Amino acid sequence: MSEQQLPMAGDAQEPSGNGAGEGPPPAPRQIEASSVRLVATLSVAGALAGMAIVVAFQYTKPRIDANAAKELAEAVTEVLGQAKTYKTIYLEDGKFTAEPRDTTGLDKVYVGYDPNGQPVGVAMEAAEPGFQDIIDLLFGYDPAKGDVIGMKVLHNLETPGLGARIATDSSFVDQFNDVSTPLIGVKEGQGKGGHNEVVMITGSTISSRAVIKIINDRLKAIQKPVDAYWSSIAGTTSAGQRSATTATGTHTSTSLAPVPAGATASSGGGDL
Amino acid sequence: MKETTAQEDLLRGIWRENPVLVQLLGLCPTLAVTGSVDNAVVMGIATFFVLLGSSVLVSTFKSIIPKEVRISAYILIIATFVTIADMVTHALVPDIWKALGPFVPLIVVNCIILGRQEAFASKNTVWRSTLDAVGMGSGFMVAMLIMGSVREIIGNGSWFGIPLFGGHYQPWIIMILPPGGFFTLGFVLLAMGWKKGREAEAVRPRRWPHGVTTEVGGPV
Repeated sequence: MSEQQLPMAGDAQEPSGNGAGEGPPPAPRQIEASSVRLVATLSVAGALAGMAIVVAFQYTKPRIDANAAKELAEAVTEVLGQAKTYKTIYLEDGKFTAEPRDTTGLDKVYVGYDPNGQPVGVAMEAAEPGFQDIIDLLFGYDPAKGDVIGMKVLHNLETPGLGARIATDSSFVDQFNDVSTPLIGVKEGQGKGGHNEVVMITGSTISSRAVIKIINDRLKAIQKPVDAYWSSIAGTTSAGQRSATTATGTHTSTSLAPVPAGATASSGGGDL
Repeated sequence: MKETTAQEDLLRGIWRENPVLVQLLGLCPTLAVTGSVDNAVVMGIATFFVLLGSSVLVSTFKSIIPKEVRISAYILIIATFVTIADMVTHALVPDIWKALGPFVPLIVVNCIILGRQEAFASKNTVWRSTLDAVGMGSGFMVAMLIMGSVREIIGNGSWFGIPLFGGHYQPWIIMILPPGGFFTLGFVLLAMGWKKGREAEAVRPRRWPHGVTTEVGGPV
C-alpha cells in the first residue's frame, strides 16, 4: 500500500477541491444541486439502466431458454436410455393426460418413446432439500417393471468434491440405471445384495440419502397415476402395433407403425 | 495522491496494489467461489467486465452526476452491468452460472468495484479510469486464479478439471470446503507479506534497535 489510498467510505473531496495534483482537472461539478436535479438524474439513469437490461434480456433469453430445453431433452434421453422423443403429460385431477385444459401449475412428467414409437419409460423431475440447498434431479422410471432406470442431478449446491459427487460420480449415478423401488441406501460393504440397494458415497451420506429419499418420495406421490397412464398407453401401443403388423407385413411394420397417440404430433412433444 | 503515469494506472492493480492480495477488498467471492479454477475464472471475468463497464460510465458522467446522489448512481450503473453479466453468464456457460449461484448478482456489492468508482473513476479521465479498471480487474482475476489453483490442485487433485496426480493422490477435501478458502487466503497473504518484507529489507537500510546498521545499509 503505497501512495494510492484505500478507498474510504466517506468522500473527503469537496467538488471544488478536485484536481489538486491528480491528473487533468475534471470538469467542474455543480456546487449545490437542486432536489429536482437529483431526482431527474437518478430517474434518467434508472430509465437508461432499465432499457439496457431489457435489451440484454432480449438477446440472452432465447439462448437461456434453448439451453434449458436442450438440457431437459438431454437429461430425459440420459435417464430413459433408448428414448428418442418425449411427450410431456400433466397431472390433472389425479390423472395424467397429454392435453389438459390449462397446463399452468400442473405437475408434469415426460414419457419417452424409442424410435419405433414404443414407450420406454417415464422421466420425472423431483426436488427436495439436500445438505446445503434443494437438490433438483430427473429420474427415469419404468412402470412395467417398477424399476428406476436412470438418474441425473439437474441442480445441486452440495459440497464440491463430497456431496456434489451425487451428480458426477459414475459409480454412484450408474447404480440408478437398474434398481427396484423403493430404493434403500446402504453403506459401502454393508449391502445384502438386494436389487433395490444403492451404495451411498462414502463421506457424502447425507447427499446420497437425500437423492434416494427424493426418488422414493416422488414415486410414492405419483406412482399410481403414472402406472395408470402407462397401462393405458401400453394398451394402445400394442394394439396399434398389432394392426400395423397384420396390415403391412413384418418388414415395413416399423416404419409404418402408427406412433402412439400424440407421441410426436401433440403439444409438448420434443425432438431429441 | 501523487501524480501517476498511465502505465502505473494500468499495472499497479495487477500486482503491487492487487485489490485482493494487497488491498484486501472483494474477499467474499475470493473465499466463496474459488473451490475450482473454472468457477474462479468465470467469476473473475464477470467482475472484470462489470468493473470496466462501470468505470467507463462513471468517469464519463462524473461531471453530470450530482455528488449528493453519486453513490446511488454508481450502484445503479454497477447493478445494470451485473444484471447483464448475470444474464450473459446464464446464456453462455449455464453450468458455471449454476455453480456460481448468488455470487454473480452479489458483484453489485463487491467493494473493489464501488471502491474504484469512488476512489478513481469519479476523479479521473475516461482513459485513465479504463486503464485502472483493466489493471484492477486483471488483479482480481490473478488473485482468483491463484486461490482457485491452490484450492483445486490440493483439494481435488486437478486443475481446470484435468486430473493431475493419477489415482494415488488423496485430495485434501477441506481445501475446497469453506475453511480451505480461509486457509488458502491466509497462506497466500502470508507469502505476500514475507516477500514484501524481504524486498523492503533488500532496498532499505535496516535500523537496529541500538542504532547499528547493516553492512549494505550505510549510515541511517
